[in-house]
Amino acid sequence: MSTLIEASTDLALRANDLRVATTLGQEILHGVSFTLQRGRMLALVGESGSGKTTAGLACLGYFRTGLEHTGGTIELSDGTDLLALTDAGRRGLRGGSISYVPQDPALSLNPAMRIGTQIMEVLRVHGYGASEAERRERLADVLTDVGLPNDAAYQRRWPHELSGGQQQRVGIAMAFAFRPEVMVMDEPTTGLDVTTQALVLQTIHQLVTAHNVAGLYITHDLAVVSEVADEVAVMLSGRIVEQGPSDRVLHDPVHSYTRKLLNAVPDLAGRHHIGEVEAVTGALPIISRERAASARVATPEVAGTLLSVRDLRLSYGKNPVLNGIDLELGRGESLMLLGESGSGKTTAARCIAGLNGNFTGTVSLAGQTLAPGTRQRSAEERHRIQYVFQSPLSSLNPRRTIGESVEVPLHMSGSFNRKQRRALVLEALDQVQLAASFIDRRPGQLSGGERQRAAIARALVNAPSVLVCDEVTSALDVSVQASIIDLLRTLQVETGMAMVFVTHNIALARHISQRLAVLHAGRIVDLGTTDAVLENPQHSYTRELLTHVPTL
Amino acid sequence: MLGLILRRLSISAVILLLVSMLVFVATLLLPGDPAQAMLGQQATPDRLEALREQMNLNDPFAERYLHWLGGLFVGDFGVSAASGGSVAELLGDRIAASLVLMALAAAISIPVGILVGTYSAMRRGKAGDHAATGISLVLAALPDFVIGIALVTLFSTTVFTVLPSVTMAPPGEQVWDYPSQLILPVLTLVLVVMPYIIRMMRTTMIEVLDSGYVEMARLKGVPERQVIWRHALPHAIAPVAQVVAIQLAWLAGGIVVVEFLFRYPGVGQALVDAVTNRDVQVVQALAMLIAAVYVVVNLLADIVGIVTNPKLRTGGTR
Repeated sequence: MSTLIEASTDLALRANDLRVATTLGQEILHGVSFTLQRGRMLALVGESGSGKTTAGLACLGYFRTGLEHTGGTIELSDGTDLLALTDAGRRGLRGGSISYVPQDPALSLNPAMRIGTQIMEVLRVHGYGASEAERRERLADVLTDVGLPNDAAYQRRWPHELSGGQQQRVGIAMAFAFRPEVMVMDEPTTGLDVTTQALVLQTIHQLVTAHNVAGLYITHDLAVVSEVADEVAVMLSGRIVEQGPSDRVLHDPVHSYTRKLLNAVPDLAGRHHIGEVEAVTGALPIISRERAASARVATPEVAGTLLSVRDLRLSYGKNPVLNGIDLELGRGESLMLLGESGSGKTTAARCIAGLNGNFTGTVSLAGQTLAPGTRQRSAEERHRIQYVFQSPLSSLNPRRTIGESVEVPLHMSGSFNRKQRRALVLEALDQVQLAASFIDRRPGQLSGGERQRAAIARALVNAPSVLVCDEVTSALDVSVQASIIDLLRTLQVETGMAMVFVTHNIALARHISQRLAVLHAGRIVDLGTTDAVLENPQHSYTRELLTHVPTL
Repeated sequence: MLGLILRRLSISAVILLLVSMLVFVATLLLPGDPAQAMLGQQATPDRLEALREQMNLNDPFAERYLHWLGGLFVGDFGVSAASGGSVAELLGDRIAASLVLMALAAAISIPVGILVGTYSAMRRGKAGDHAATGISLVLAALPDFVIGIALVTLFSTTVFTVLPSVTMAPPGEQVWDYPSQLILPVLTLVLVVMPYIIRMMRTTMIEVLDSGYVEMARLKGVPERQVIWRHALPHAIAPVAQVVAIQLAWLAGGIVVVEFLFRYPGVGQALVDAVTNRDVQVVQALAMLIAAVYVVVNLLADIVGIVTNPKLRTGGTR
């Protein structure tokens, strides 16, 4: 009897056979059950479209437009069913005893309200304390709790005057202000740099344990899970396929999907080969090939310098973006350009490709200095450096079929007839392991990973000698990221092209690059072979970065 | 913020200066001689010459422009060529009458338009929304005189005869002493201006209601009314202010048709009369006045945009 009572006092929220469907009748959640306990954190892991955010919002009795609750209950600690309450009843709990931390604080903070006012609003709406003075005091306390300054001047700041990490702390302060029993956090660190992510995760962990809050942490990042969660529930297409203590699930997974996810997670040590998995979300079969299972990136014979960058400088107005960058890229070599947002990594990549011609300094290819902008470069020079953008959805013309998009660069050279062009397009699609049937599809009919493959095919069709990949995997799920990384690595070995891989994700380093350049505030602070930089970083910035990388 | 507003203000001043040059040159190009117009065909050359001298018509072009421009600043709009009286005196009552009409139309159409647009956005896809968007689309498609005539038919002649269809005030009394006469002209202007405000408000409000911060406000447990008023409305209002400005500016010129229709003694009628009589001074004064209204309402809209956007208010760097 006593154990029963003890168990029920720990319980903060229990979802029972939760079912959610679109208003058109298509079921999104097919009976999801989980339990949140005080002082413990449950991570809800899944890839995009798995229904994890829908399940998280259901814990607040909130369903987005077009979705409706069709079955199951959300039981609270006092035994009431949240979903049976009236709108006013649910509203009274939201932000009060059950609170929410949004994914993107830049979008979720009201840009026309001072941050202090936004936090105060929660306290006022739910009637915290007896007086305004008491609420002010709580506001100052909660800002301290999340590690922000709490003076009046700071409270009067606007959201746009804060950095991304500070904005997310304000989001957490807002969720924590009323001392909730349950906190639902929806990928709160996704948009943040690793250093900031580490600090935010630490804050969350402290709050949850110190104040005995029950946490639900929604994420797709298994490495983060291992840092914050006590338990893990893995979601796949609206169902929980595996659930258990995080140590057990992460190190001894039972379900095949969990294993696939874990295998896809890049790790800094490069212990395993992340490309073993196939993209789980693809609708059409992706042609798979036999490939070597070596974990490390093979180092090809580097025969001379192909691309060299000297003293690259660029500023926007008075703000310097690039402060003199020197780089060399050997034939067939893969170089990772690593940096956080604002470090100038994308700008540098765009200068190399000639997309941004306003720089000073030189970019030369095979000993020949290139003109700054693509317009002044010859067609041949442009063919030899190709660029793949972060978002294939915006870089592929939605009205063109994949075949038409991939064919565009061939039109530019003008030296092929219709039949030859088609043959080359099919070859490029085959190289990126897309079936020939994709040639007549449009980007809207493809999954994210397939679209990125198509964008890579477009860059490959002219057989470039340098491929510049700008954050090509950062918008993708881990399993898809793994398959794209594997593809790029295979292509590099097969075609012998050199690659500049621009990313903020240092965990990918050993999986894709032979050399690593760390960019910080427009300067290269560390440069060398991947192993050398990771094992013996020269600059304090690199060392700091390495300590903050979450690992499984 | 102050710097930004000052910059807009100085741009407005430059625009008005350019407009004054255009207006002055354009009226000079009008055929006919103001002195001749005042004195008639039988005037002797001596008297014409004397009057020209008196009206400074013989001075060099630039000097006359500067003289006229200087007069504008102190409220001296010159002498009416048709009546011989001061333009300011002639137009004073007319301007007041027109301003009353405009102010009433704006005071009704702006809040009602914003409310109906917000309601429409909140009930997106439901019957109330369909009714509001349907009716506003029909009204937006109808020209002002058609709406005016339809209202006259409906309320003062054929169907009901409850409201006067023309404005008649005895000399010495003001139009607003007879409020019932104002109803139809104001209603016409409201029905012309409001549909655009409703449609713009609905569009921006729908966008704002789908935003992350509105969802976050709801997830914070903020009551729906407060979500709309405090979180959504301030963001939706800035683009609407631009539309309101365009509509108010249109009122300054479009009022001509409505005043003509209802025989309303405002600036519209005065402009029509002045052009017919080649009363150059009055045309110049009215053209400047209408231009000033355009510039001022657009300036106000920009200020609303600046005030509701903290990024513009604080930084100004981007």
